[in-house]
Amino acid sequence: MNSFTTKQIVATGIGAAVFIILSRFAAIPTGVPNTSIETAYAFLAFMAVLFGPITAGLIGLIGHALKDAILYGSPWWSWVIVSGFVGLGIGLVANRIRLEEGGLTTKKIILFNATQAVVQAIGWIVIAPVLDILIYAEPANKVFVQGAVAATSNILTVGVIGTLLLVTYAKTRSQAGSLKREA
Amino acid sequence: MAVEMLGYIDKPSPVHRLTGTTKLIGFILFTTATMFTYDTRVLLVLGLFSIGLFSISQIRFKEVRFVLVFTAIFVLLNALAVYLFEPEQGVTIYETRHLWFEGIGRFTLTAEQAFYMFNLILKYSVIVPIAVLFLVTTHPTEFASSLNQIGVPYKVAFAVSLALRYIPDVQQDFRTIADAQAARGVAVTQGSLLKRARHSLQILIPLLFTSLERIETVSNAMDLRGFGADKKRTWYNQRAMTRIDYIAIGIALSLTVFSFIVTFYDGSRFYNPF
Repeated sequence: MNSFTTKQIVATGIGAAVFIILSRFAAIPTGVPNTSIETAYAFLAFMAVLFGPITAGLIGLIGHALKDAILYGSPWWSWVIVSGFVGLGIGLVANRIRLEEGGLTTKKIILFNATQAVVQAIGWIVIAPVLDILIYAEPANKVFVQGAVAATSNILTVGVIGTLLLVTYAKTRSQAGSLKREA
Repeated sequence: MAVEMLGYIDKPSPVHRLTGTTKLIGFILFTTATMFTYDTRVLLVLGLFSIGLFSISQIRFKEVRFVLVFTAIFVLLNALAVYLFEPEQGVTIYETRHLWFEGIGRFTLTAEQAFYMFNLILKYSVIVPIAVLFLVTTHPTEFASSLNQIGVPYKVAFAVSLALRYIPDVQQDFRTIADAQAARGVAVTQGSLLKRARHSLQILIPLLFTSLERIETVSNAMDLRGFGADKKRTWYNQRAMTRIDYIAIGIALSLTVFSFIVTFYDGSRFYNPF
């Protein structure tokens, strides 16, 4: 915990608050219960790349648990855990993308998208349904359909909106090594 | 954009007087018990207990009605989805089949399914009064110190406290940005799915940069005040445990043990009346 910097702590707290507001006011319903197009996950993916796995994992956990608690009265733990997992998983590529230094190459964008797709597929199609079956004894086909819908919409949301956020942010950073000594 | 979210409601009740730590421990125990059990008798006891606790907290129904309505709709929709996907899940679980109606095609109605869905709804409903109660009777700043007291590192506890602190501010930012964009003709509440998604980016990007700036300001302010210099920290809102706290924890603990014993003594987490 000693490597957890003040900036990361604040990013976790304020990030979780943004995650909650986005889930509450910027989600577009798809028709399947418990599932909508969540711009909050695009934001989570962005924070994962900028601040790394611990911060983003905690934003997912805290943000999702508080959101459920504030809106529904009680957290839906199986999906809360997955939100944490998604933040953590995407955050693992933070060191290889180095968003702070700008210069977001096509290779890095592909790396980001491949990672988010794999992590979210595991999270929504494997972890969430299995936990739903274990905790709530819900029918397997129902939870797997829900998981697949969530995976598809969240992978697309992060793929499109998340990537655009990264690109927009990278443009505001001056690239590392962009200064040259005048001859 | 109605601002209907659960927050602290101040009342002079015994539940409010319990320390945040006691309530957090109680909440965790209660959640664990309801998560594991599917036993109708246990769920009914826990449900009665949570309603009883609700009534001594002096929180009135109408103060939290919007959340309960929201949750009720959600739970019923979920139960409907369960039925549409697997009309005979109950038969699989209870291993008998008492047909009530033949129904249309695969949509039969059996006693087992009705009982399973009753339990499913019960399981979701039981936790709600306690969770709502926990939220409205625990002050946010005390909540952070409670997390720390039960063993969560203080830096994480502080992050939770920051999140609760900044929800209203971020909501204000969001609203300002959304209004400004709406004034320019960028609406996110109507139009096709694609259009709404595209427009939402016009809110997301300003909100992102505003928040990053806020993170910068707040973390600098905290660094300047030496946050994180020590391994431990004290909390202004922390209260000492009293006798009533130990009694409450005792009750929560025995309720949890009771629910585990009744649930698992016959080797199955379901209560089977068939």
